[in-house]
This record gives sequence, C-alpha cells and structure tokens, in this order.
Amino acid sequence: MLDKLKIPEHHYLNNGHSLKSWLLTKDHKRIAIMYLMSISVMFFIGGLFGVGIRLELATPQGDFVSADTYNKFFTMHGVIMVFFFLIPSIPAVLGNFLIPPMIGAKDLAFPRINLISLYIYWIGGIFTLYAMIAGGVDTGWTFYTPYSATGSNTNVIPTAIGIFIAGFSSILTGLNFIVTIHRMRAPGMTWFRLPLFVWAHYATSLVQVLGTPVIAITIVMLAVERGFGFGIFDPARGGDPVLFQHLFWFYSHPAVYIMILPALGVQSELISTFSRKRIFGYSFVAFSSLAIAVFGFIVWAHHMFVAGISTYAAMVFSFLSFSVAIPSAVKTFNWSATLYKGAISFETPMLYAYGFMGLFAIGGLTGLFLATLGLDVHVHDTYFVVAHFHYIMVGGAIMGYLGGLHFWWPKMTGRMYSEFFSKVSAIMVFVGFNVTFFPQFVVGYLGMPRRYHSYPDEFQVLNVMSSAGATVLGLGYVLPVIYFLWSLKYGQVAGPNPWGASGLEWQMQSPPLTENFVETPIVNTEPYEYEHVVVKEKHLV
Amino acid sequence: MSGHVSPVSLYVTIFLSLMVLTAVTVFAAFVDLGPFNFFVALVIACFKASLVIWFFMHLKYQSALTKLTVATGLFFLMILLTLTMVDYSSKGFTPMPSILQ
Amino acid sequence: MSNAVVHADSHGQAHAAHHPALQHHFDTMGQQKEAAVIGMWVFLLTEILFFGGLFMAYMLYRTWYFDAFAEASRSLDIFWGALNTAVLIASSLTMAMAVRCAQVNKRMATVNWLILTMILGAVFLGVKVIEYSDKFEHHHVPGLNYKWAAEHPSTALGAGAPAPVAGAGHAEPAAAAAPHRELSLSPEQLQLTTQIYFSLYFTMTGLHALHMIIGIGLMSVITWMAWKGKFDAEYYTPVEMSGLYWHFVDIVWIFLFPLLYLVERP
Repeated sequence: MLDKLKIPEHHYLNNGHSLKSWLLTKDHKRIAIMYLMSISVMFFIGGLFGVGIRLELATPQGDFVSADTYNKFFTMHGVIMVFFFLIPSIPAVLGNFLIPPMIGAKDLAFPRINLISLYIYWIGGIFTLYAMIAGGVDTGWTFYTPYSATGSNTNVIPTAIGIFIAGFSSILTGLNFIVTIHRMRAPGMTWFRLPLFVWAHYATSLVQVLGTPVIAITIVMLAVERGFGFGIFDPARGGDPVLFQHLFWFYSHPAVYIMILPALGVQSELISTFSRKRIFGYSFVAFSSLAIAVFGFIVWAHHMFVAGISTYAAMVFSFLSFSVAIPSAVKTFNWSATLYKGAISFETPMLYAYGFMGLFAIGGLTGLFLATLGLDVHVHDTYFVVAHFHYIMVGGAIMGYLGGLHFWWPKMTGRMYSEFFSKVSAIMVFVGFNVTFFPQFVVGYLGMPRRYHSYPDEFQVLNVMSSAGATVLGLGYVLPVIYFLWSLKYGQVAGPNPWGASGLEWQMQSPPLTENFVETPIVNTEPYEYEHVVVKEKHLV
Repeated sequence: MSGHVSPVSLYVTIFLSLMVLTAVTVFAAFVDLGPFNFFVALVIACFKASLVIWFFMHLKYQSALTKLTVATGLFFLMILLTLTMVDYSSKGFTPMPSILQ
Repeated sequence: MSNAVVHADSHGQAHAAHHPALQHHFDTMGQQKEAAVIGMWVFLLTEILFFGGLFMAYMLYRTWYFDAFAEASRSLDIFWGALNTAVLIASSLTMAMAVRCAQVNKRMATVNWLILTMILGAVFLGVKVIEYSDKFEHHHVPGLNYKWAAEHPSTALGAGAPAPVAGAGHAEPAAAAAPHRELSLSPEQLQLTTQIYFSLYFTMTGLHALHMIIGIGLMSVITWMAWKGKFDAEYYTPVEMSGLYWHFVDIVWIFLFPLLYLVERP
C-alpha cells in the first residue's frame, strides 16, 4: 500500500517552473501559495514586535526600550498582525486554495482579480513596511483621532495608505468568493451540500465586502485631515473624534469576524473528519455563520463605552453585543455534539481543533464580560481586553489557521509532515499560549492598563509568566516552518486522501492538477457522509 | 441570453424625467418648507437614483440575487447611519449632573 | 493553463463552438456573464458603503452645525451645480445608449456614444475645475489660509454679492433677493464650522471626481476595444460593466447635489 503512493506526474506545482509562471499565474492554488509565503513573512515581522513587547514587560521598569519606541512596537505589532496577517490568513490562503475544489469548480470566478488582489496586498505591505523602516508609527493600530490627525509626528500617512490599499485586496478576495460560491458550483452542489468551510467563507466575504469600504473612507478622511489640514475629526476644528471611532469600529468590529469566521469553518471540517461523523445540526452551523456576520455589524459601539457615547446608546449596544454569543454558542455546542459518540482520533489537526474549542470558549465568554456595560467600564483598556482578544485572534484564528494548514498541507504539497514534531508544536502552541495570555486576564482585572511600557512592581510575577509563555509560543510557531519545509522534500507521500475525509477536495490528486478536476464532478451526496466513506488510504495514523 | 434590450424611447423618457426632477429639486429648494426642504430634496434624490438603478442599470431585468445585493448594501448603510445617530441623538436625553456642568 | 479541454457539459449544451471570450473555467457564456454582473454589483455595494462613511460624517455635522452648512452652501453657485447635474444625467443617457448599441451589435454607434459620454464627463470635470478655482480665490479651501468671516459677514448671500471676480457674475436672482433668518453662530464659530462643511465638500466632490476620472480612463479602454471589434451581441460585458460603474457615479452626484448645494436656500 505504501509503496504504491507516489506524487503524480502532473500537478499545479510543476506546471511551469519559471518565476513568471508564478508571478503571472491565474491559478488560485498558486496564488494561495504565494499568499501563504507573504503572510508568513508578515507574521514573523509582527511576531518580532510582539517579542519586543514581552521583553520590555519582563521587568517593571521601562529599561529595554523607551516609551516612544514601545508605542511603536505595539502599534506595528497590531497593524501588521491585524491587517497583514489575520485578515488575509485563512481566506487568502486556505480559502483561495480550497473553495473552488470544494464546490467542484476549476477556479475562482475572477482569476485575474484574484492575482491582482495579491499584488495589491504586496503594495499595501510595502507601504506599511516602508513606514516601519522610516521610523514607525505610534498611534496604536486603532489610529484614534485627534492624536493620529494632529498629535503624532510619526509615519501615520504611509501606514494608513498601506492599510487602505491592503483593504482593497480584502474586498476583492471577498467579492471573488461571493461570486464564485453563487455561480461556480458544480452540478448537484446545492447550498445545503456545501461544506461548512464554504459557508463560513461566504459569511466572511460578506463582512469583507460590507465593512472594508467604511474603513477605507475613514482612512481617507483621516489622511485629508492630517495631510491637508481639513477639519473632520479634530475637536479644535469643530470636529468630533468620537465619529472617527464610530466609523473605525463599524469596520473593525466586524473585522474580528473576518478573522474568526473562517477559523470556525476550518473547525467544522476538522471536528467532523476526525470524529468520522456528520456535523451535528448542519444548517444551524451554516446559518450561525451568517448570523455572526450580520450581528457583527450592530455591536460596534461596545468598543466605545468609555469614549463619551450616550448612556442609552451604550445600553442598546451592550444588549446587542450579547446577541453574538448565540450563534457562537450554537457552533460550539454543535461541535461538542458532533464529537459525542464519534470515532475520534488525535491527529495533529485535531489537536489544534481541541485547542481551538477551549480557547474560543474562553475568549468568547470573556467577550461577554466586556459587553457588559458596567464591567467594561472597570476593565476597559486594561490587559483584560488584551487577553480577551488574543484568545479570539490567536487562540481562535491562528489555531484555526494552523489546524487547517496541517489538515490540508498534504493536499497542497502532496506530502506529510512529521507527525511527532507537529504534535509537539501543537502542544507547545496551546501551552505557551495559555501561559502567555491567561495571566493577562488576572493582571488586567487587577488594573494594569494596556499600552504602558512600565508598570508597578506587584504585577511583575504575572508579566514574567506571560513573557515566559510567549517564548514557548514563539518556538511553537517556528517549529512548523521547519518541518513543513522539511516535508516538501523528505515527507512521506500523502496520497489523495490521507485522512479519509469526505469533501470534494479530497477526490483530487495531491497535489492537484492545475484545473483541479479531470471532469467536472457531479455531486449527489450530502456533505460529511462518513457512513459511506471507505477509509482505505488512512495509512498514517 | 444577451440581456434585455430596452427601447430608446424608454431611455429618453427616463432622461427627461430626471431632468424635470432636477429642475423640481432646485425649485423646491427655494420654497420655504421649513424642515421639509431637506425631506423633499432627499425624496426626489432617492426617486432619481431609483430611476437610474432600475432602468439605466437594468436592475429591473436582473436576477433576484442582484436585487438582493443592492438591498443588502442599502440595509447596511442604514445600519451605519441610524445606529450612529442613535448615539448622537440620545446624548441629550440625560442632563449632566450639575457638578459636571 | 489548459485551454478548456475538459468540459463536462452537463448544463452547458448548445455551445458546440466556444466563443473566443469564454474563459476556461466557465462552462457557458451565460454563466460567465452572470458572474461578471453579480461581481460588478457587489463592487458597487462596496462603493455604497464607501460613500456611506462620508454621508455619515455629513449627516452628523449638518445636524450639529446647520446654520454654518446653510451659510456655506449658499456660497456655492447653484448654476454650476445644476448644470453639472444635467451634464451627468445626459452622460448617463449616452452611456445607456452605448450599452444598448453594443447589445444590438452596432459597433460604430457604440464607439460614438462612448466618446460622447467621455466628453460629457470631461465637461463635468471642467465645471468642477471652475468651481474649485473659485474656492481657492475665496479662501474657502480648508487648511489653506481658510477665511470665512472676512469676506462673508453672517448676512452674506453667497458667492454673488461681495465677490469681485468675473466668474461669479451669475448669482441666482432668487438667492440674491431672499432675506434669511438670523444665524445662531458667531463669526468665529462660523469661521470654524463652515470649514467643516468645506472639508466635507472637497472630500466628497474630490472623491466623486476621482471616480469620474477612473471612469473616463476605463471608458477609453472600452472604446478602443469596441473600435477593434472585440464585442458582439453575445459578449459585451465590459461595456455593460463600465456602464454600471458610470451610472453609479451619476447616482452619487444625484445625492451630492442637493446635499451640498441646496442645504437652505429660501
């Protein structure tokens, strides 16, 4: 059995070897690979700033860097991680690679636009990296006015332009997905036969398309205010800085769902595959993605409870914010129900899936704390908030991303990575993550504010724990780079379906042909029909 | 398959209606209607926009999905405008404690 | 890239010969066109929200500083505004005609209507240049030595009366005659808050003009393609798409005109 498996003769990776065949490709899979490389670079740059933050906070005194430099560190960490890593991460890499095969299509609806979106992402990245090299920016990733408009003398405009440009990349990706999912499905692939990964990306795309233009125009207004001296948000010129926050969070709250929704989609695939069961309550999980996307747009002002919004509006937004918990809980409960009496196995992707469930639950529930008006006044702008959103974005989105990457890596490259090291890495990420961020809940609740480079001595123990955990977490992130690269040459040949999974993408060869399928598949079964999947190639357990 | 071909007369009619409505909106602006001036201007503008979308942009002949797309855009625009204005308009509801004034 | 070798034509019959414009990953021209149409409308949806942020800012400040907005709006010349509205509506008509001619396979008529549309677009931008330069002369550009009170005492009637410049000689007679109510803002406050109006004015009209310039650029490519005979009754999607875009830009102006020029005219 093992000897029979070998890498097929023709596949998308060897269909042309020149640089041009990559840079001018319209193949969604090659574009996804280029995205993977780009966002990995960005992730490690953003990670370096994170290292700087943790080094500084290892001691109570501000002794590693100056306060100004520290401001730049957390700003650049936030900007790069949010706009250049988390937002494109799962959609642009896994979504790009997998949505066409999952729905039985040869490519996305607009392959050229897909390539353009990658170039736009690069151009945006170059602007932001330029701003970084030219001296950085210190406004925080939120760019709150009036400081960003008139106070800061750092590179606000280049950074803002970079984000503005990268936003279009996000919009075009979302647009492409929406049209593809509507118009490119294979015969028989009805809406309720779509994998939940596709549903999640549909919801994500809606948010990208509806939210991103608002941040774009907000950046334009900020730029004309800062660049030309127009008065829009600056109170000295009669403007209202809170309006900036409204517009900013109208995008940036839903943007959290751009990061987490795809991870929820990955999670549904992993849970179902590794418990070898149909997902429990398919349509509920599918519609909860859409519900999260829609609810995400009516809760934004919970970021502004202490910014001087009206008490009544704050109460309304507090109440509405709780509504997001409902679809999120639907998903979590349905995954648990899927696991129940499933034939569970513990391959690496499943370890990530388990980690995800726990961390997402903690992150989500602490979100309810923060949505509660009275409590938020107490913990606003403390490390409690920092811990909460890292549980969602790192514990949720990045765990989902890594889980998905480990799950589909054999499909993308045709080879398996080291099972042992990947498990070590998964455990290191989980442990390191918790040691890093759990103490931050405590220290935040005790009153340590975020964005300060020094702090009272009594917080040191918890901060040292945090910094120590970050070291483990960092190593956990470096490890996959090593064994993934190793697997490209030395990895065991995976075969088309190493996990015995049921999706259409596993019917392609690994790595797939440029046109994905030899013949357009005709779908006549429900998704996740594990009763009928014969596990004949599951040889790697 | 190549889409609905509208008669030229329809386009001309729409064009003339739009021109007349522009004249009406300018004229109405000079009549003192109090707060209704804004209302009238907005209603006329919405009507003009609808004519353009419906006939010039062929939305009338497009699929339900396309219509839904337009509706979605307007719905979320309304969310942005109304929920933000909820904040601004309710700010005056509670007077500040006298100590803060 | 494979040249559409494999086609499981389960739902794409009746296309024995492939249209040259059919891309390999679509089964039929119909599917391809549908995809483009939906894609374009989704793009326009993003444009709605893009301008939506500006409308939000406008709505707030108009509510807060109504008198300043009314005063500042009176300084705009309604003649140019109305003229530009008419020009843009006319260009929408010519654009619709261009699409129609493409639909019925009239190549030269398509080209001519497109050129006419571009000319009307250029006229619009020309008028905009006249208006902008007027703002520069009156120090109505925020951030650039902005002055309101000096040239426009709170009883001023807009661009017409005190302006010595020749270009402003055609003030609306109705505006000149109508006395208007007492303002609640002091000259200093007006100086500050009319600046917000002009900040929004320049951002809104500037972005709109930028969209027009992009539209004209797009259209020159489309015109060239039409001239080369790239389109026929079955494939004219690019013409239709740039038409949708152009109409959208027209719609934005349909809203900008009353919002900016007609705040309070009686």
